[in-house]
Amino acid sequence: MSTEKKLHPGINIAQTDPKAHLEAEPVMFGFWVFLMSDLVLFTLLLATYGAMSVHGMAGGPTPKQITDLTSAGIETALLLASSFTFALASIALKYDDNQRALKRWLIVTALLGAAFIGMEIKDFITLAGKGQIPQVSGFLSAHYALLGTHMLHVASAIVWMAMIWPQMKVPRLKDLVRLRIMRLALFWHMLDVVWVAIVTFVFLFGAST
Amino acid sequence: MSNDRDLPQSEDESRTRELRDSVIGLGGAVVLTLIAFALAIFQPWGRSVLLFGLGGLALLQVGWHFRYFLHIDLDRSHRDDLQLVLFTGLIVLLMVAGTIWILFNQYMRMG
Repeated sequence: MSTEKKLHPGINIAQTDPKAHLEAEPVMFGFWVFLMSDLVLFTLLLATYGAMSVHGMAGGPTPKQITDLTSAGIETALLLASSFTFALASIALKYDDNQRALKRWLIVTALLGAAFIGMEIKDFITLAGKGQIPQVSGFLSAHYALLGTHMLHVASAIVWMAMIWPQMKVPRLKDLVRLRIMRLALFWHMLDVVWVAIVTFVFLFGAST
Repeated sequence: MSNDRDLPQSEDESRTRELRDSVIGLGGAVVLTLIAFALAIFQPWGRSVLLFGLGGLALLQVGWHFRYFLHIDLDRSHRDDLQLVLFTGLIVLLMVAGTIWILFNQYMRMG
């Protein structure tokens, strides 16, 4: 097998680390399988939301009444920026001999992710403050379930980063940690893809109906 | 394997290319997001056209993210991953369409 070829989508590390590159193929493919199953989970939550947002109001608020486009816009900007900073971290991971740039971009990514979660929690508190809790209607249940699942994913990705942090200091784990960060990158980018769908079908559709 | 795009030989060259891909990814995503938000805020068209437009933009942006952030493309060397993504797309289509169909049908019967 040639190490010159791209073996998996994403940043390949063939030139800078041929051995880890060959090890990467099955591991990355396996993670793709997980990502796709996760994507199925999100689309089913979205489909449920789609049905509930049309006739699951049960006398409670309609999508338009709870849609806050400003907040959704800020959250979108935060998550998109974090996707870009993780792309920069991946490039630093591949080419730089020291970990300085990698660590800097990972911290920026984690902070943007944390700010995103903070905004979402603020949204939830605002909603709950108006008595719009999940128990009110099928629509609100679906709303909280969908956004909450996504938020938990982002939170677990941040925990994952925190777990990798001490491992980065151990030279013996270098190849292993590289592969882990490459998978974390895929996970993070996928969460942004899911957010694109959520923003469109929850917030933009909500504002348009 | 004539269609295969080999990795570039020089590190600088591939680093520049990957950086450029990321910037293109960010730029395209920002433009698509802004258009979508503008459509939802100013609502230039009727409701059904608007929803179709927003759905189309979302689909386009998801494809864009897959191409530029997740680096899924048509290279023969990672056809496996592309096939996995496309198969998942088919599953998702069946499940979403099926769910919506059944739930709406149920609703009509109850009404």
